[in-house]
Amino acid sequence: MTACASSHVSLSNNTMIGSPDVVAFTKEDDYGQATPEALDLPEEFSIPLHPLADSNPWAKTSYAKFTKDFILISEFSEQVGPQPLLTIPNDPKVCGTFDLNYFSLRIMSVDYQASFVGHPPGSGYPRLSFVEDSRVVLGDSKEGAFAYVHHFTLYDLEARGFVRPFCMAYVAADEKKIMLQFQELSLRFSQASECLKAGNRRAFAKELQRKLQDLEYTHSVLQREEGLQREAGPQCVYSAHTVEKANELANVEKSIYEHRDLLKQISAYHRHPRRDPHAASCQKCMSECLRECEELLDKYAKLANPLGYSERVSKGKSQLDDDGGEEEADEDDDEAIKRRPSYTPQLIKAKSAKCFDKRLKNLRELCEETFHEATVELLKETERSFRGDLCYLYTQRLDKALHRKQKIVNFLFEEDLDDNVDDEAETLRPFCAVNHAADNYMHLNPPHIVLGSEALELDGLKPQGAPDPACETTTTQELRLLGIHLDSSPSDQTLETQESSEGTKSFSSDKSGTDQAEKQESLASINTEGPDPDSDLTPEPDQNAYPERESSSEDMETTAGEDDCDTGQDQTPVSLLEVVSELEARNGDERELAAGSELLVPMDTACCMAQEGFLYEAADPDAVLCLGPNSNLIPSQTPVVNQEPHAMHPIQDEYTVGSPSSEGPATGLELPVGILGDAVSRTSMEDGSDCTMSTSTGSDRAASPLGYGGSVTLRQRKKAGQGALRFVRQYSFAMQALWCLLSGRTLVVLGADEGRVRRLVSALALFVPNPGKSGDRVQPWLSCPFTLTDLHRWKLIGLQRVASPAGSSVLYSLSRYSRYISILDADMKTLRCPQYRGQLLANMADHRTYIRRGSTYFLHLQSALCRLAAKAFLFTFTHHLHLPVSPTEGPEAVEARRRCFLQEQLGLDEEDSQILLYLSRLITQRYLQAANSNCCAAGPCFSFNYITSVLYKI
Amino acid sequence: MLRWILGGREAQSSVEKSPVLCIGEEQPKNRFTELQVLKGHFDIVRFLVQIDDFRFASAGDDGLVLVWSIETGERLQELRGHSQQITAITTFACSDGVTSLLTASSDRSLSLWDPGTGNRVRTISDLQSSVKCLLVSERLRVWVSGGEELCVWDKDFQLLCHRQKHSDTGITALVELPKNCIAAAVDKEIVIYSLTVSADPSVSVTETRRCSEHHDQIRALININDGMFASGSHAGELILWDSTNFSNLAYEHILWEESHPSCQTEIKLAAPKPSEMSIQHLTTNGRLILAAVGSGLYVYDVASKAVVAYRKAAHDSNVLHTMLLSDSELMSCSEDGSVRMWEIQDLPLAAEPASAGFFGMWTFGRSSKQPGPQQKKVLEIPNLRTLELTGDLIGHSGAVQMFLSFGEKGLVTCSTDHLLILWRDGERQSRLRSQALFQKLEQNGGL
Repeated sequence: MTACASSHVSLSNNTMIGSPDVVAFTKEDDYGQATPEALDLPEEFSIPLHPLADSNPWAKTSYAKFTKDFILISEFSEQVGPQPLLTIPNDPKVCGTFDLNYFSLRIMSVDYQASFVGHPPGSGYPRLSFVEDSRVVLGDSKEGAFAYVHHFTLYDLEARGFVRPFCMAYVAADEKKIMLQFQELSLRFSQASECLKAGNRRAFAKELQRKLQDLEYTHSVLQREEGLQREAGPQCVYSAHTVEKANELANVEKSIYEHRDLLKQISAYHRHPRRDPHAASCQKCMSECLRECEELLDKYAKLANPLGYSERVSKGKSQLDDDGGEEEADEDDDEAIKRRPSYTPQLIKAKSAKCFDKRLKNLRELCEETFHEATVELLKETERSFRGDLCYLYTQRLDKALHRKQKIVNFLFEEDLDDNVDDEAETLRPFCAVNHAADNYMHLNPPHIVLGSEALELDGLKPQGAPDPACETTTTQELRLLGIHLDSSPSDQTLETQESSEGTKSFSSDKSGTDQAEKQESLASINTEGPDPDSDLTPEPDQNAYPERESSSEDMETTAGEDDCDTGQDQTPVSLLEVVSELEARNGDERELAAGSELLVPMDTACCMAQEGFLYEAADPDAVLCLGPNSNLIPSQTPVVNQEPHAMHPIQDEYTVGSPSSEGPATGLELPVGILGDAVSRTSMEDGSDCTMSTSTGSDRAASPLGYGGSVTLRQRKKAGQGALRFVRQYSFAMQALWCLLSGRTLVVLGADEGRVRRLVSALALFVPNPGKSGDRVQPWLSCPFTLTDLHRWKLIGLQRVASPAGSSVLYSLSRYSRYISILDADMKTLRCPQYRGQLLANMADHRTYIRRGSTYFLHLQSALCRLAAKAFLFTFTHHLHLPVSPTEGPEAVEARRRCFLQEQLGLDEEDSQILLYLSRLITQRYLQAANSNCCAAGPCFSFNYITSVLYKI
Repeated sequence: MLRWILGGREAQSSVEKSPVLCIGEEQPKNRFTELQVLKGHFDIVRFLVQIDDFRFASAGDDGLVLVWSIETGERLQELRGHSQQITAITTFACSDGVTSLLTASSDRSLSLWDPGTGNRVRTISDLQSSVKCLLVSERLRVWVSGGEELCVWDKDFQLLCHRQKHSDTGITALVELPKNCIAAAVDKEIVIYSLTVSADPSVSVTETRRCSEHHDQIRALININDGMFASGSHAGELILWDSTNFSNLAYEHILWEESHPSCQTEIKLAAPKPSEMSIQHLTTNGRLILAAVGSGLYVYDVASKAVVAYRKAAHDSNVLHTMLLSDSELMSCSEDGSVRMWEIQDLPLAAEPASAGFFGMWTFGRSSKQPGPQQKKVLEIPNLRTLELTGDLIGHSGAVQMFLSFGEKGLVTCSTDHLLILWRDGERQSRLRSQALFQKLEQNGGL
């Protein structure tokens, strides 16, 4: 029954090995070592060739029991064995008949540190294990499922060894997809894991706090009882009862030490050197957690006073005093804790029962709410960004990489992906999915933390050699111990060796695990997600609300996909077209800022397949359906990175050094940044961004009307393509109109009917060079007279024609500035503009064109405009066309040379040259502006020509 | 109206006959193909003054003085201090070669500014009356302010001499004459003062002469050369004076129509007529005098003491400022919101002075004020040449108050629409931009 095929890492080897053998993907593999040949394309532009055997790219997916990729989170429960916890998207349709329980068993059976025990020999106290994550690629050829599996552990006070193993898996039907996206997957899942772990450490510290409170309380009660007994009974008689009490007291004391020690250990977490280059976690989370732990440490050191450890405490106190008199605050906090009504310490039974009926915490409880939410969002985003098949992902990335190379001319006709710069920094920067601005309520002692935050944050950033003096005395010893422990601990071996050893080990654990899992399969299927019994310490949101909300949002999100699922029923492979249209429908509105032309590629394939109207029409209703819910969701989903850029530097450097990404398969191909990346880069641009801001931007985006004035989405552009095609076919003077726009002459579309004018404007907006980030060079509807500055600001204006006094002033402005504008009269169907006799635009504006579909025409336009931009680039950056080559040469010679170049080498006549000159001017201005942004203090320049206009009629 | 704007050509015929000049859109000689709008003022901008080769200052009714860069259009300094409109502004070269700005305002104060730092170096407030004109005399190392009273100040803002007012209107214009004399325009008279500088740094002012040959208020007073100065009056009289003996050298009364001097007094009361012949502005280059007369332009040759060329309806409305760029090129701006460039050309055989272009229909305006024949004088004077319109600059939505030329670097215009516009040669700018581009490319070490 089990033929778990391991998948080897090398690209060439795509045969399945029929043994349950697992090999982790590591960077030592020969994967990234393909020696680049000098004449080849840069690596980021090359698509790895499929072996000939795989002539049908969808062949493999046919026997998978799920329709599309999903993310699975599983846990190896000490009670029930491996069990699935959560899938993303959280939709039963996604998994289909695929057996999640079985697959969880598979992926958890290679768990590498399940056998780790809490009490290593030689140390007095139980140890927390500091385990790096492991990354494995698994395959199950029978099921047709392949998975990238990311194992990690979370701390739980009640768990065996205080450790609960979990894993996240990216499950796909295509093995190659996983292998080739390994780096990105690894990065994404590391981020998610770090996020969970950060939350977990905080939760763990909190749990320890609670536990310590209980213990202290128990201790005091026992002491009192003992005292009473001592008073009551005769001095020298030790009854069995008294002995028992004394033992109990001793046990409690021991327990207190143990837990205090655990607290120390967890606070020392960040000092561990991380082997894992992806494991750079958010400094802010880290330092916050550290801070809290240290505060707790101080607190319980003090409470331990009656136990006779005053010496140590006073030491710590004096240290504190030296440190700047923070004692006052601490006392206040102490009192605050004592006064805190929310938690009453409970008496702890001498023998805490470790039995199976005890309820274990679920994932949400293990990590704090915020972190859990953030992680789920991160994973959702990951799932979104990996949608589509490999081919699609590659073209998308190629497109992005090419985009990045063309920064200088991109702005002309393509949507301005301003995230380019941020993008690169993004991958280098440790990522934090948590919205830091929003998490204030999570602090254990909010006022204190807020006050001291800056200083403490600095502390957190201090290099290892200079630990915080406040905790130095109390933790140095432990640190040393820990260091030794870590060095000898198997869990701290390098990732590679550890995993290879685990690979062999997994034989046995696999089998035993299987038995266990079979026994408890029925148990596992019951999801033990009861209400939280002791959620009183922190104000946690309603537990029950969460799954409902999530599932409902998922439902809505996948609404668009349902039709596709229906058409692609009966396990037929999901065709590229479907994926694409679905993606478009879904992402069209989500990715307004990012997607743009990236999604053009699949559209191209659609056109090639000549499925008339399929793509275009199919996308429409879906998009409409999904627009509402998605846009509603966006505000709550948008995570914000609220970090001081300079604060990130140390860790960034560290990260860069250890980064294997330079050897990865996709050098230069960063993670596809979708909505998440956008949101992050956008908000990080605006310094001091906060939660409200991110929500407001989100809602702004959601509220922006489809079309005019707002940012131009792909769908709108396609629609505009249709409109442009119609314009070109209907108006015989379309060429002249296009020439006006392309040569920088403001075109005014005059009309009485708003709808018609707006339609014309949105069609013509395609031809406006440098339309701005949200099409701000286009004014779709204006009903007041315009001024000179408006003419410069807007290159395309829709103007209302009114027969009223107000209208006459509009007409006055029209006539006054007539030399600067061209006027397209939508009602009379006339165009007044300078004469155009060139040939350049004949191809673009042929009213007898054979192109019938808007999207085709749009692509045709894109290519033509792209060619234009390339010419403009050449022209702009050719030195001798602008500057004299010898000192004797005058400007006339240069002028002549330029003219000659334009006419003879580019074959442009006078009017066509003007287009190029205008584009070149834009490029020059942009290039000059890029560095000295202060020049925007002066207004922009507006150039024009004194040319006679003529009136064109249909 | 709607039909009119884009409706066929049949509409043209009626409009074409408008006497108002229109050059149309084809302007090959107009090199100003790039403009930059400079915003910063909140009220009418009335004055422009050049500070040095790359800076100029603008001032207006909002009391602000702004210093701009001609090359980038950046606002370099903002000189705040006057609470009311600026009435006069001039540059003031200090001994150390630094150019300062001297301003007078309706708030009855005078200020000296350092345009480099924006500091108000000196200020005098609580004057008895507001100053209407300023004159800096480098030769005498003093400066003079004129209004209802005449004051002479030294470089350190010490009042050297002070003369009470003579008439209600006060002094409207001042020019410096040889032999330490100053000519001041006071209503219909030109008063000549002579300044005597004694050994101790005190100056005394004595009135030496009053020339009262104008019949109406004097609007413009300029120096032509060392030997002559000229004045123009509201009634269209242009008088050339000898700078040393203050005698009347020539008297030209500009009358567009074969008008009847007798009715002039009546018309004066009856509005727009007199302004049509009022001399608003005079400029000279030493050989020619350019007078802005009503909405027309009038070129007077000093040597031959005769009118060389004129254009009666050069603008749709009053001309406010003029400039002689060379012996054959001139420029004018007007209340109609346009700046026009002219060329003095030999008269072609045909008598039609200017074509009302093909697209005359696009010119609106407060036009057709002056219907009627306009060539009569042309025929009378044999050696007359024509003023040919070579280009116009349209951008302002209000009257263009003044302009300032920086040669090939460009031209600045200021207007009642609170804006300044910087007009530049597009080709030159694009060349400069290319230079900057390759410079930066070199800095960056490639793309």
